[in-house]
Amino acid sequence: MLDTPARETGTGSGTTWTRKDLLDTDTLSREEIDLVLQTARGMKEVRSRPVAKVSTLRGVTVATLFYEQSTRTRASFEVAAKSLGADVVNLTASGSSVEKGESLIDTVRTLEAIGTDVIVMRHFRSGAPYLAARHTGASIINGGDGTHAHPTQALLDLFTMVSHLGSVEGRRVVIVGDILHSRVARSNAWTLLRLGADVTLCGPATLLPRWFVPEVPGGGRCTVTTDFDRAIEGADVVMALRMQKERQQRGLIPSLREYIAGYQVNARRLERAAPGALLMHPGPMNEGVELSPDVAHGAQSRIEEQVANGVAVRMALLYLIAARSRA
Amino acid sequence: MNDILLIRGGRVLDPAAGLDAVLDVLVADGVVAAIGPALDAAGARVLDAGGCIVAPGFVDLHAHLREPGFEQKGTIATETEAALRGGFTTVCAMPNTRPAPDCGPVLESILDLLRRHARVRVFPIGCVTRERAGKELAELAELAAGGVVAFSDDGSPVSDPRLMRNALALAGTLGLPLSEHCDTPEMHTNGAMNEGAVSERLGLPGQPAAAEATAVARNIELAAATGARLHIAHVTTARAVELVAEAKARGLPVTCEVTPSHLFLTEAAVAGNGQEPAYDTNAKINPPLRTEADRRALLRGLEAGVIDAIATDHAPHAVEDKLVEFEDAAFGISCFESAAGTVFTLAARGELRIERAIAALTSGPAACFGLAERSPGVGRLEPGVSRDVVVIDPAAEWVVDPTGWVSKGKNTPLGGHRLTGAVRAVIIDGTLRWEREGASV
Repeated sequence: MLDTPARETGTGSGTTWTRKDLLDTDTLSREEIDLVLQTARGMKEVRSRPVAKVSTLRGVTVATLFYEQSTRTRASFEVAAKSLGADVVNLTASGSSVEKGESLIDTVRTLEAIGTDVIVMRHFRSGAPYLAARHTGASIINGGDGTHAHPTQALLDLFTMVSHLGSVEGRRVVIVGDILHSRVARSNAWTLLRLGADVTLCGPATLLPRWFVPEVPGGGRCTVTTDFDRAIEGADVVMALRMQKERQQRGLIPSLREYIAGYQVNARRLERAAPGALLMHPGPMNEGVELSPDVAHGAQSRIEEQVANGVAVRMALLYLIAARSRA
Repeated sequence: MNDILLIRGGRVLDPAAGLDAVLDVLVADGVVAAIGPALDAAGARVLDAGGCIVAPGFVDLHAHLREPGFEQKGTIATETEAALRGGFTTVCAMPNTRPAPDCGPVLESILDLLRRHARVRVFPIGCVTRERAGKELAELAELAAGGVVAFSDDGSPVSDPRLMRNALALAGTLGLPLSEHCDTPEMHTNGAMNEGAVSERLGLPGQPAAAEATAVARNIELAAATGARLHIAHVTTARAVELVAEAKARGLPVTCEVTPSHLFLTEAAVAGNGQEPAYDTNAKINPPLRTEADRRALLRGLEAGVIDAIATDHAPHAVEDKLVEFEDAAFGISCFESAAGTVFTLAARGELRIERAIAALTSGPAACFGLAERSPGVGRLEPGVSRDVVVIDPAAEWVVDPTGWVSKGKNTPLGGHRLTGAVRAVIIDGTLRWEREGASV
């Protein structure tokens, strides 16, 4: 198994990965994004083999450091790392020295000292991975920070879209839900705009940004609107975000009932999108809230595919970052 | 060692006296002895102030000396030494110490520490409420008798409107101003920076500008209802400046201050200049750095005299208080040793008239808290009375390097910034107490 999947696929573009960390998608170039997608295609092929495992990252240690609960992101990274032959250490805030008050900086330095090459980190504070990355020589992959960014989710979403649409250039993607507090929406906006898609961010006024509209020079256009029924018309991709029930208690929405009336993706609304539009959700879903169960499991749903693609995309990122650090 | 000192040929600026001319200043017998052209003093040490500005010692209405209780962040000795080097010869100390001065005995113990360790003149500010908790009033009359120059709960706004009304009524009868941090915390969830494009970009909880304006408006109405003197601490928004202007036009005894940080920086400092967002905890301050439109409104308000004073809100912190996730980091900027530099840089850029800057650092703040009644000549250069003088070189270029500061707080977002204008010499009680290295005498 000396052949690395990336070599099998090749990139052709000549772009190489030079980043120590992946903190967000905002600074990724079109070429870097293409490199991730191409590498992920090779990884998807690996995942389809009878023995879905290579030894490319043998001797590499990957730590998952999760300060916040997660099912799919942590599991997805663990499977991705193990599929590449890396050793994996899993740490959560509870049950580690974090509970004794160890600082983030000391924690990542400790992980580095025991020989960790890549730290996949999820934190409830926006910007925490940036702090960590500045204070460790280990690579940091942001697995979601507060209400800021979730770059690997955005890249797996993009991978899923591209695998169906060929390219997202000139396509229209509607993201609906709690945009203001969504790390998924923000990171998706950066990759999609960079690749020339038009992005509509949609939700009730209290859950939308008031001042900030993502902008990528030479990229697609981003609009922000409260009118979902108009926004979904002709959309090529509809992405619903998880609506947290506590938003109602905090007075941000009057009730889930009213939210559903205005913003739930259901069969009636999905009909107004482009024929065969892709329905996506980063999970975990509140079925019956942001999505009606029939569309969540319907023909247009790509939700399970997103999860499967997540492993391939995370393999690609681990490979690109770890191979770089060993070069 | 009350030597005779002749400060020769500087531009002497005493806004209170309407004085702005190239003159000599003679310092002798612990006071400014004479101001005039071509003064002669046999045996006097001569400080050549050609090209420099000679002004009254600066007066700061808002500083955190951290002692007692937070000596790891700063002590009275270190922070007043930093004040001295920043040109501040008179400092009003905020009461967020542990214990906080909410009654006579605590105040007396703090005054005792100040007598022993302070390197500049320090006036204490007393609490509005017991332990600054916003529940019960502090013993205001006892604090007034003990010598506080104002009341404030510092960074903890008095939220309860009835308690605030009563506090103002009592402060009014005592003749003392109440300095209030104007925020409406109920309007946001632990806002860590200004609510706006940058907070939305970085995914950080923001403080809306309306949270400041709402509190300013409420407190002005309560001041009007009670007749008390209200001082708005560190205004940061355009709307707050308008509200203060309106209150002044009504003839209400309302004053306000602005910090050098809010005059010089915007919310953009949190994100930094790099390609990736910096989440710079050294730019985390409460109230937060606002927008460029707000910054310009603050400069206009200062120019127009709506804003009376430039106050540092000097807030030193230990390294570990800032080396954490942004939302968990302490609020505050260590400001004493960069304040004059930032203000004179604004003057050098043409954003602020130097005469106005000097007034807002001297006579303006002295008048807000009536400090000349307690220490004659404070904020002025009155021959025979005033005791403190600062000499500024408005053309001196320097780069901010907090590692060399005497303040224990190295927490500044200005590290590496090039500034124009530096404090060159500081005289307190008629004695040359500090001189900038490399300045020739």
